[in-house]
Amino acid sequence: MDWILANSPMIGQLTLDHVRLSIIPILVGFIVATPLGWVAHRWKWSRGILLGVVGLLYTIPSLALFMILPPLLGLSVLSEANVLIALSLYAVAIMVRSAADAFSSIEPRALRAATAVGYGEWGRFFAVELPLAGPVLLAGIRVVAVSTVSLVTVGVLVGVSSLGYFFTDGFQRRIVPEVLAGVVMTFLVALFFDGLLVLAGRWIMPWASLATADRGRVT
Amino acid sequence: MDLLRDALVWLFSAEQFQGDGSLPQRIAEHLGYTSVAVVVAIVLALPLGYFIGHTGKGHVWIVGITGGARALPSFGLILLLVLVLGVSQRQSAAILALVLLAIPPLLAGAYAGVAQIPRSVIDSARSQGMTEAQILFQVEIPLSLPLVMGGLRGAVLQVVATATLVAYVGLGGLGYDIIQGIPLRRFDQTLGAAIVVALLALVLDAAVAGASRWATPRGVLLGSFGDVRARDSSLARTR
Repeated sequence: MDWILANSPMIGQLTLDHVRLSIIPILVGFIVATPLGWVAHRWKWSRGILLGVVGLLYTIPSLALFMILPPLLGLSVLSEANVLIALSLYAVAIMVRSAADAFSSIEPRALRAATAVGYGEWGRFFAVELPLAGPVLLAGIRVVAVSTVSLVTVGVLVGVSSLGYFFTDGFQRRIVPEVLAGVVMTFLVALFFDGLLVLAGRWIMPWASLATADRGRVT
Repeated sequence: MDLLRDALVWLFSAEQFQGDGSLPQRIAEHLGYTSVAVVVAIVLALPLGYFIGHTGKGHVWIVGITGGARALPSFGLILLLVLVLGVSQRQSAAILALVLLAIPPLLAGAYAGVAQIPRSVIDSARSQGMTEAQILFQVEIPLSLPLVMGGLRGAVLQVVATATLVAYVGLGGLGYDIIQGIPLRRFDQTLGAAIVVALLALVLDAAVAGASRWATPRGVLLGSFGDVRARDSSLARTR
């Protein structure tokens, strides 16, 4: 407790760093993976290729990816860009699969009905497919957010400071409250992003919670 | 790409294949931690998952545990457990951390594997006079295998990745050459070791995927493919 009180400014600063480092991969994951997921859902060949590639990518351990990316991209191992790009790749890897599932979960009749009332390919995507895929997309991006927040901590091993700093520093100085503070704060940052996404989902898709409430009443 | 050449030179130099800290030794350590943690997690998680799936008791816990576990930073968990249990116990502490990480996907796989079986299938098994044990072993477990093996795949992936971090507490494994090389800026060494870790993870993942195809009964695979009704109606027509 003493350690936490004495170091609360640093806890605040590193928490902010952590949030900042998490936002970019989460956003990139959503923006890049949603169209890729649609492409994966749309054709059989693209599904095999895309899901295969993201599956391989996701299998590579984060510490290894932090070492493999820099020579490929001409970055320094110890740069923030290295960590941000690696985490963005993981975010895309998780999200492409979710997005493909999200678009595949849409009732085909709804799509045929949209075409029948005169939607073109693009109009149908934005007005019908995207909203109907919304709840599953939200579930996917929540997984991305939580796992990104957790992975940011590994960045401390390549010198990118986040709440992970409390793990290495606390371990070397044998201060249990410091490591514990890092774990708890990382957990809270993950909960914060998760809660934010749930609220955003309710705001953007008010019908989604209505639909589940209806289903609840029937059963 | 000079760095890649240097990394390969490091990887295939004679010193990586002899003495203490050789690559084969690091791979053995890495696989050792991984397999012990996954086996312990299987022993703990599968019976619990099947119990919850079969009885339907406590399924609210599953969602909470699997969601919450994803938010726990695995690196922090290892260091915290090592500090709390004592550095002399660091090997058990690190394995405990790996077990804790492997449990949620296995638990979720076993539970969801049983929960997704249509109620009518279980009811008809019961109405045939099957005992609860027969229902569990002859109906629920075989039909749950695709999802259980999916959970196993997730667990192995998570544990192999996290086992690279146990080198930080002095336990070796393939993460050793990476974690030791970064402060020294020996990026040929770190890249070489990273390539081995990545290959090991990919090979293990492929092995589990292959095992799951082999372990799943053929009838279960057939049933999970496409539209069963369509197949039934074509059968009816030939008759």
